[in-house]
Amino acid sequence: MLLEVTHLASHYGRIQALDDISLRVDEGELVALVGANGAGKTTLLRCLSGVQPLSGGRLFFDGVDITRMAPEKRVALGIAQVPEGRQVFGPLSVEDNLRLGAYLRRDRQIGDDLDRMYALFPVLFKKRELPAGTLSGGQQQMLAIARALMSRPRLLLLDEPSMGLAPLLVAEIFEVIAGLRGNGVTLFLVEQNAHAALALADRGYVLETGSVVMSDHGAALLADDRVKAAYLGL
Amino acid sequence: MAELLQYLFSGLTSGAIYALAGLGFAIIYNSSHVINFAQGEFIMIGGMATATLNAAGMPLPLAIMAAMAVTMLVGVMLAKFAIEPARDADVVTIIIITIGASIFLRGAAQVVWDKEFHALAAFSGEVPIKLGGATLMPQSLWVFGVSVVVIAALWWFFNRTLFGKAMLATSFNRLAAQLMGIGVKKVLLVSFALSALLGAVGGIVVTPITFTNYEAGIMLGLKGFSAAVLGGLGNGMGAVVGGLIVGIAEALASGYLSSAYKDAIAFIIILFVLFFMPNGLFGKKGVDRV
Ligand SMILES: Nc1ncnc2c1ncn2[C@@H]1O[C@H](COP(=O)(O)OP(=O)(O)OP(=O)(O)O)[C@@H](O)[C@H]1O
Ligand SMILES: [Mg+2]
Repeated sequence: MLLEVTHLASHYGRIQALDDISLRVDEGELVALVGANGAGKTTLLRCLSGVQPLSGGRLFFDGVDITRMAPEKRVALGIAQVPEGRQVFGPLSVEDNLRLGAYLRRDRQIGDDLDRMYALFPVLFKKRELPAGTLSGGQQQMLAIARALMSRPRLLLLDEPSMGLAPLLVAEIFEVIAGLRGNGVTLFLVEQNAHAALALADRGYVLETGSVVMSDHGAALLADDRVKAAYLGL
Repeated sequence: MAELLQYLFSGLTSGAIYALAGLGFAIIYNSSHVINFAQGEFIMIGGMATATLNAAGMPLPLAIMAAMAVTMLVGVMLAKFAIEPARDADVVTIIIITIGASIFLRGAAQVVWDKEFHALAAFSGEVPIKLGGATLMPQSLWVFGVSVVVIAALWWFFNRTLFGKAMLATSFNRLAAQLMGIGVKKVLLVSFALSALLGAVGGIVVTPITFTNYEAGIMLGLKGFSAAVLGGLGNGMGAVVGGLIVGIAEALASGYLSSAYKDAIAFIIILFVLFFMPNGLFGKKGVDRV
């Protein structure tokens, strides 16, 4: 088990955003988390990265209790996040954004990984010296994914990577995600685009108003009548 | 003409100090959105420590190093014990904390030292240099030279080192910086240490010209603030240009009008900028929170 969440709760002031969440992600899996607007998906990912306090429950990463660990230590352990809304460093160059993704690394392969990212996303190579803020939405999403990969994560958290993108780009982003999974990165994918996410996922969880209401194999959830009605518009 | 040149020399000398102070404001503003009103006290501590250690017999280079170290320590402690614990308070509260800290540091300076003015010998003599009918004190050249070197070093730090870029990244997007593994607490401490160092350096090079006492930081801090506001808060180059403008403007005003106007210029600039161009000369549009 790479990630284990037990009975997690989190609040914004007095408002409870997450209640008694338990889930797990195994090494090499692609696990999807789907849910409507405001269900608490982003809050959960923020808890996992350590930028949102828990009010209950525990987190384990590869057997280590990370419940109270500082965000930078979690990155060092191998948890990276592609945050909602991309959050690239707009005034910094594309290349600086990528290098900051490798901020905690001290090894000599950072340059090789940079080349690998440029091979994966050739458009980033073309624009490497431009401020990240000048990229289009789709390009910024690619940058955000590449930047997170630069830390060589063992677990990559993706928060709605397809949000606000044109259909063609959505397909491209999902192709990239499928490719990552082929490379052995463990993925935890949050999506409102439930169909695409569940079709790709080994397993999935359905989040409703802060609680996990269903969990099953991706294909089983896709075929489930309640999921179809609520999230797939069928 | 010679008169104008004379005013320019004096304006550029004080302007360089305001620029360093303004940069101190900018660096802390960027890392925490806090306006640190204890910036002037860093200038005072740098000057006072150097002057008193030197007077007590410590060789000048050693006294300078010790003063820089002491001032940086004060800066780090201010961040660690006054700013960081209030991290989640709103910005106005934290600004009030810095005002309290500045009063505290002035009080501490009175206790550690005294209320007297302290002098420091010019670094390389007092023989004025004649230039185009005006005279330039050698210490002014120290002020320019040191300021240029410090500003260049800062530019290098923020544009060429990974940690400098990480500090910039934190100012642009704190959440994303945390997700990259950038320790934002360390960024805050380093920004206070750097700003304290900038203040100390300014205080050290200017003391042979102006003398210093426990209150010397009040005016210098306010002028540094007006430099930072004029340049656009958080904009490094803006703070430098702003500092030079404030320095030259007050030298011209006190030369051609009356020296009574000297200190008023900085306030007029602050008010003018706040009313008519809240983003300053080079600030980004739609400036946030405060
Ligand atoms: N900073 C905040 N302060 C107060 N409440 C918040 C804050 N952020 C989120 N919430 C609330 O917490 C709940 C969960 O929000 P969250 O952003 O985690 O949902 P989400 O599933 O990611 O939604 P979306 O699909 O719109 O991104 C919502 O009711 C939201 O209004
Ligand atoms: Mg969300």
